[in-house]
Amino acid sequence: MIADFGYGVLLVTFLVTVYSVFAAIYGEFKKKPAMVESARRAMLLTWPLLTLTAGILIYLLINNHFEVQFVYEVTSRSMPTYLKVTAWWGGQAGSLLFWSWLMSAFASLVTLRKWDRDREFLPWVIVVASVTMAFFIGMNVFFENPFAKLYQSFDGQIAPHTFQPANSILFTPRDGQGLNPLLRHPGMVIHPPMLYLGFVSFVIPYAFALAALITGRTDDRWIRLTRRWALWAWLFLSAGLVLGGRWAYDVLGWGGYWGWDPVEIAAFMPWLTGTAFLHSVMIQEKRGMLKHWNMLLVILTYDLVIFGTFLTRSGVLSSVHAFAQSAIGPLFFAFIGLTLITSVALLIYRWDSLKSETKMTSMLSREALFLLNNLLFMSILVVCFWGVIYPLISELFTGQKVTVGPPFYERATSPLFATLMLLMGIAPLSAWGHSTVKTLGRAIWKPTVGAVIITAVLYATYTQNIIALIGFFLVALVILVTLYEYWRGAYARQRSQDENILASFWNLTGRNRRRYGGYIIHLSMMLMAIGILGIEIFQVETQGTIAVGDSLQLSGYTIKYKEVASWDDRPSGVNYTRAVVEVYDKDGKYLGNLNPRKDYYYDSQQPMTIPGQLASLKDEVYVLLIDWEPISPVGTTFKVFVNPLVNWLWLGSLLFLVGVIIAAWPDKDPERVAVRAGKRAHQTSAAD
Amino acid sequence: MKKTLFTTLAVLFLAFVLAGLAADSVSAQGPTPTDDEVNRIAKQLYCPVCESTPLDVCPTEACRQWRDLIRQMLSEGKSEAEIKQYFVEQYGVRVLNEPPNRFVSYVVPVVAFLVGVFVLFRGFQMWMKPSITEAGAAESEADPIHQDEYIQKMEEELKKRK
Repeated sequence: MIADFGYGVLLVTFLVTVYSVFAAIYGEFKKKPAMVESARRAMLLTWPLLTLTAGILIYLLINNHFEVQFVYEVTSRSMPTYLKVTAWWGGQAGSLLFWSWLMSAFASLVTLRKWDRDREFLPWVIVVASVTMAFFIGMNVFFENPFAKLYQSFDGQIAPHTFQPANSILFTPRDGQGLNPLLRHPGMVIHPPMLYLGFVSFVIPYAFALAALITGRTDDRWIRLTRRWALWAWLFLSAGLVLGGRWAYDVLGWGGYWGWDPVEIAAFMPWLTGTAFLHSVMIQEKRGMLKHWNMLLVILTYDLVIFGTFLTRSGVLSSVHAFAQSAIGPLFFAFIGLTLITSVALLIYRWDSLKSETKMTSMLSREALFLLNNLLFMSILVVCFWGVIYPLISELFTGQKVTVGPPFYERATSPLFATLMLLMGIAPLSAWGHSTVKTLGRAIWKPTVGAVIITAVLYATYTQNIIALIGFFLVALVILVTLYEYWRGAYARQRSQDENILASFWNLTGRNRRRYGGYIIHLSMMLMAIGILGIEIFQVETQGTIAVGDSLQLSGYTIKYKEVASWDDRPSGVNYTRAVVEVYDKDGKYLGNLNPRKDYYYDSQQPMTIPGQLASLKDEVYVLLIDWEPISPVGTTFKVFVNPLVNWLWLGSLLFLVGVIIAAWPDKDPERVAVRAGKRAHQTSAAD
Repeated sequence: MKKTLFTTLAVLFLAFVLAGLAADSVSAQGPTPTDDEVNRIAKQLYCPVCESTPLDVCPTEACRQWRDLIRQMLSEGKSEAEIKQYFVEQYGVRVLNEPPNRFVSYVVPVVAFLVGVFVLFRGFQMWMKPSITEAGAAESEADPIHQDEYIQKMEEELKKRK
């Protein structure tokens, strides 16, 4: 009954969303503001309605309503309550609902802003956001109903149905299948919401961009209104990617954080266009250029967001045949095609009104270097896109299935990433409008000399690997340039404002949050680059089967096997096998105990490998329990990785979040500030 | 007695020969390959079932059997290329971590990059080239004779006003 109610609310939400689309269009064309207002309220209503729907689904999940197919597939009696709640996004139908719920929250937030100065955008923002929501809610209503129940026909067949078929009875399994153990990790609990938040919040800049194209108000207003949205969207997407990486590192048991898996790439592609957009949008703000390009980037980002969801939800990744059989795959494909064609057609229609206001004056100017940066991001996008679709194209045209694995991506993207790092070193020193080799050379020579010295020291003391040295040189250059820029700004401020240097640093960042937040992001990227260089170039591994008391040696470390124990945790439905190993350094000094684990989940009949990790800034000893025989004299199999510098990656990720929050922190609205200042002045004069 | 001794010696000789043959056959098998040697090859292979998980880290039973097969082939003296070829013949090229035709896989990104460079370069040229009206204005400003005439006229006008 309660499941039927949930489906009913979902259906009403779908109708409300569709209504808001038509009401907004009708109100705009017939010049009836009341209809537009009605559309706005309808859109505002979707969030409480979807919250109610989600609440019902969570109720079913928590209370073991296994007659509901979705509940049966993602939960079991032994799962703790918090995991039953997060199982909401652990399956297809639930994650689509979760997408819609987040989207409706953002859409509602947008409708609550003050629209006085941008009234003409409102109906079209409603239309774009509601069409997107209607599409996703429609998926749930018509194809992936999270409230579908299991019915058993008289011939014994059990199948999910929205409505009870004739000659059947409701079927309630005794227990559910349980959530995939890989999804029970805390990283996986937070990772999807972050990623989805990033996805849905990029819909808002797209909605404003389309509204600008439709209304013909193609000045900078849409960009000024949405730049913070884009930054927050980028923050969530980046956090989602980083959390996904950390989850893979902690749970998948392959000693790495990124495997160039199509699902990872699906989330990485909108991040690439989003990052290009965040840079290129500055050129439009400062110089009035690249208006077409910014529109195209925001359109691409939106469609890559949908494409990302499509890739992971349609079954197309496993095979083109699976895609053809999937109900939602072709619909996603059609939706992407339709939105892309419509958006590009609108862009072409408004082409002339989006002409640049100024001209490029130097190939070394900041805007020229930003353009180069955009070229590199787009090239990485092409590599990723091609890598993902190449197996499908191969299967479609030659019938041959191929795998595009990490070697392709690493070979194709490394030179592009290296050039990006070089640009990160040069661009902050170039000026808007005009820069020459001479001015740039004068600014960059000091950091370059510093980077050369650091590289020479690393050559003498750490590595002679030429690729690593190039990487470390670029990292050093970017860090020194960024710090140099910071110092120059703070020093100038200290002299002009008569502040101490720390106050100057603080105030400098506070007064120009986007710029200095951006610099912190650059610094964090370099810390991450140190971690990536470390693990990609210097990672070593070994595997061996050893008896209790024996050791494995790797990269100066000794890993001594002490014991292994296995036990059942009946209430949780998990069997744990935990080994104890001791780690010693090359001088025989004891560094600590590690407990690599293998957890076996009875409900889903799947194992999970949890590494034992000994972390430091220098490297990380990462031990996996691969295999064991409790009574075998041969012993237990361990796999050991030594991952140099990997923790700089996680350190960089934290600094990255700080940088984006600084950059995205809202400024005071200049008009409101002016109004307040006016009021204060009025009060003062009145008092006088 | 002699016969018994002869028989005993013959049995012992036969035992030695057989033991030698057995030892030979063991040495033809070679020493058991280490896990690291197996993983070095397994790292480059994907089983058709476990998508996106390289064979060296895949925890499934099927993948463990594949790794055992690699170990056996290595102990039989097969080379890395032969082992990979065996898996390709059995399961198709999708077991490799890269498409066999590298040209096709790399040509698209390289061409796209070059097209991007070309478009950007043309864009720079167009942006930096002044438009006709601007060029005319710039020319008139830059032309010293023209400028002189203009200054002369200005000077004359000013003198007249005086």
